[in-house]
Amino acid sequence: MTSTVSSLGKDLVGLEGLTAEQIRSILDTAEPFKEISERRIKKVPVLRGKTIVNLFFEPSTRTRVSFEFAEKRLSADTVNISSSGSSVVKGETLVDTARNLEAMNIDMVVMRHGSSGSARFLAERIPSNVINAGDGRHEHPTQALLDLLTIRDHRGEIAGQKVCIVGDVLHSRVARSNIYGLVKLGAEVAVCGPRTLLPRGIEEMGVRVFDRVEAAIEWSDVLNILRLQLERMEGGYVPSLREYNHIWGVSSQRLAAVDRELLILHPGPMNRGVEIDSDVADGPHSVILQQVTNGVAVRMAVLYLLAGGTPDSAEAAKGGKEA
Amino acid sequence: MSDSPNVRPMVLRGGHVVDPANSVDGVRDVLLVDGRVASVAPTVDGVPEGAIEVDAAGMVVTPGLIDPHVHLREPGQEHKETIATGARAAAAGGFTAVIAMPNTDPPIDTPASVAYVLAAGRKAGAARVHTTGAISIGLKGERLAEIGEMVEAGAVGITDDGHPIMDSGLMRLAMEYSLNFDIPVADHPEDLGISAGGVMNEGLVSSRLGLRGKPNASEDIHVVRDLLVAEFTGAHIHLQHISTAFGVEMIRRAKDRGIRVTAEASPHHLLLTDAAVDGYRTEAKMNPPLRSESDRAAVEQGMIDGTLDVIATDHAPHHYDEKEQAFDDAPNGIVGLETSLGLVHTHFVRTGKISLTTMVERMSLAPARAFRLEGGTLDVGGPADVTVFDPGAEWTVDAAAFLSKASNTPFGGERLVGAPRLTIVGGRIVFDAR
Repeated sequence: MTSTVSSLGKDLVGLEGLTAEQIRSILDTAEPFKEISERRIKKVPVLRGKTIVNLFFEPSTRTRVSFEFAEKRLSADTVNISSSGSSVVKGETLVDTARNLEAMNIDMVVMRHGSSGSARFLAERIPSNVINAGDGRHEHPTQALLDLLTIRDHRGEIAGQKVCIVGDVLHSRVARSNIYGLVKLGAEVAVCGPRTLLPRGIEEMGVRVFDRVEAAIEWSDVLNILRLQLERMEGGYVPSLREYNHIWGVSSQRLAAVDRELLILHPGPMNRGVEIDSDVADGPHSVILQQVTNGVAVRMAVLYLLAGGTPDSAEAAKGGKEA
Repeated sequence: MSDSPNVRPMVLRGGHVVDPANSVDGVRDVLLVDGRVASVAPTVDGVPEGAIEVDAAGMVVTPGLIDPHVHLREPGQEHKETIATGARAAAAGGFTAVIAMPNTDPPIDTPASVAYVLAAGRKAGAARVHTTGAISIGLKGERLAEIGEMVEAGAVGITDDGHPIMDSGLMRLAMEYSLNFDIPVADHPEDLGISAGGVMNEGLVSSRLGLRGKPNASEDIHVVRDLLVAEFTGAHIHLQHISTAFGVEMIRRAKDRGIRVTAEASPHHLLLTDAAVDGYRTEAKMNPPLRSESDRAAVEQGMIDGTLDVIATDHAPHHYDEKEQAFDDAPNGIVGLETSLGLVHTHFVRTGKISLTTMVERMSLAPARAFRLEGGTLDVGGPADVTVFDPGAEWTVDAAAFLSKASNTPFGGERLVGAPRLTIVGGRIVFDAR
């Protein structure tokens, strides 16, 4: 059982509670780990003997697989629990699930859950490290970290970049984590989307609001385009997907109206032809697949740091030094 | 519990008696005989042989406190609270009477279920238990329940508390029908369309936490709707747990217009804001939600100036398992019976924001008048329901020590000044912490 006090604290519940320095240290630690995934043998013994449970109460492919690769490439032993077929659907409470995991002496839990605050709830109740892989509409810190890393890769610095998050901010944990991370690192942040999908008080979080995507594009250096979930249309937040695309969809035509090169991010999975047109998704300024690659490195960095590693020792860890 | 002519006479000597209805605010003796108030005087004479002598020097002696908004959970949710445990918790909090809400399982929507609650209350032998009846059958908001028969069985008002009446036509019918029986129509004002999915106040805190919000407008629309329907029907609307600045202002104006309205402020809306939810604290989850500081200040001002006539706890016990969940999944509500007097005394009387007289008006006289209960005064001949509390007693809220079955309070650990010492119902001591 681990109760190592890392430079990040016990858990990674969100970016709201981290300092700019801590966020930078994660990004810096991710740099050396990028290279491991490019090796022929993609494995270092940094987390050998550590037990990690990937506890997914909501369906996820991308995030779960990314965490799993990160864990396996650091030689941790992993167990996956997903909501279908687990005791979760049998009505077990979250607190009982937590206690049972604890009784099995695990070191870390990576959790995705539909309720905002659930990651913190778990973190307060078990001594293991808890990593939030998305809690309701609250935070998805590793997604924001990989977005930050991708922006930094291309622009050298986060500070001073104008980043606009486009789409369903109301229901988006990705948006909240991005806002916290970007603001802390000195970016200018905006959101753009239907007012039915923007939370009240968003301006007080330090962001500006654009009603029309053309104005957002005009202002931005980076667009982070959120997925419009089909159920939002069914819930009546927008009249139709056709109208959404017509008014807020990011198309190459709209991008061509400005003479700067915008960086295009999307957390996936994409609805081509809804929030993003295919020629943008597959176009020269899209870094969407690089986000996926960076996701593994960022998650390796988070696992490594929570296990007690330091940014300075990450380079050595690649050679096989345990955390 | 019924007034008993066989109870031993009692005299409370030398307490600071605060009885706003009789403009009493000074040291008096209070003589209780045959379950009734027999005399209030600087020195009472003619104390019957064998009377219990209580030294009340240094104590405050008031007409019994009344909480007109409690959830006793019985029948159906006895794991949270029973009528007996709720009545004992009330007595321990200095309350001599409570009014139960009908959202039990099954709901209190028939004369038989009204009679059941009242009988169980009498059997508890603690604070008096009154009950409201449902406005609509099954709290479904569709058809009027047997309101007349429930009143005959003893219901003191009607409400679908927690299940706001969305159909304004049904609210009109309920208010009109209430006129036949001279009862208040109590409403939890909330437009369920606007508040759909919300679990806390809508504002910066909800946006930060990623929790769905209930905007003030969801409450304000129904406050205004209820006031308008009350105005044209001439009925008495009792608005429950007002939490918004606009709601307070509308009630103030309605009173100026002569609309028959009474309204509640809860200790938590008087003292806390949505900042208390930060950290996903489920003990700060209730409906209506804790709102902004400007709303809290307006509720406080409304309570001080009497726009909000009544302090009511909305005592809402839950089992600890139910609150030990993710915020979205935890139920609404907190317990209030055993902290209300201490909180109000500490934060409003001791700070000089209200006088003891005003406190007794909000916690005894006004609730009695709103629901046409006996009591709320120490009138000679009135029920011998008396609260005695020590205004200097310091104590720490310890939820584990509550007589309520539940311990879901955001005030745990708080230092308070002012503690109940003796609760007397019908001349009989039902709580004694001397």
